[in-house]
Amino acid sequence: MDILCNENGQDLTVKLKGELDHHFATEFRGKIDERLNSGQVKNLTFDMEKLDFIDSSAIGFIIGRYKIVKKNDGKLEIINASHKIRRILDMSGVGKIINIK
Amino acid sequence: MQNNYVYIKIPSLSTNESFARSAVAAFCSSLNPTIEEISDIKTAVSEAVTNAIIHGYDNKLGDIVIECRIKGQVVEIIIEDFGCGIPNVEKAREPLFTSKPELERSGMGFTVMESFMDELVVLSERDIGTKIILRKKISNNSEKMYNKL
Repeated sequence: MDILCNENGQDLTVKLKGELDHHFATEFRGKIDERLNSGQVKNLTFDMEKLDFIDSSAIGFIIGRYKIVKKNDGKLEIINASHKIRRILDMSGVGKIINIK
Repeated sequence: MQNNYVYIKIPSLSTNESFARSAVAAFCSSLNPTIEEISDIKTAVSEAVTNAIIHGYDNKLGDIVIECRIKGQVVEIIIEDFGCGIPNVEKAREPLFTSKPELERSGMGFTVMESFMDELVVLSERDIGTKIILRKKISNNSEKMYNKL
């Protein structure tokens, strides 16, 4: 599992690669939150094109970041989620609060 | 085919979550599952092992035993910890219920296991541990062909 952060003004894009489970959610949480709390970044995009696996820990992780972004009046967006990943996102109702493209 | 089985014993380290789900998936591959079936099994195993680490042992160290059996076309996976147990199993199985919201738990673990497997049994006793039994029938080759039509 690896992440690639790309900051552009108020927008932060995080490319997720590999398998996002409890172990890696714990590992990468701080790295992303540091940028979200810097005062610069408002909007967050998770690019899931290279993401092969998620479980419910990833859902908790996404909702956690959503809460921070919302507090900063920003937007969270998910792009390039595969059918497999989409299935778990939909099961948890994440699609109702987060824009999934 | 003769019934096959494997036992895996791992310490409750989060780094073992990916090992556990990959090992079970590899064991099941002899049944020639579809990509979707393998993905379902991996996700369910990941949920159960994560629960054992976070809830069963509260992030302290303990043993997790995974027993996996193939009976005909059915895969049975038993994931057992010897931790604190679940005080109220019925409540724990409710969607979105979590005892640890501060750890960003979504409360969807049991719901995911239930949706992705054919059967989920939760046996738990306070201070003895928790045993999760997951069963799933893997479609055989003729069923796969039929599904393609």
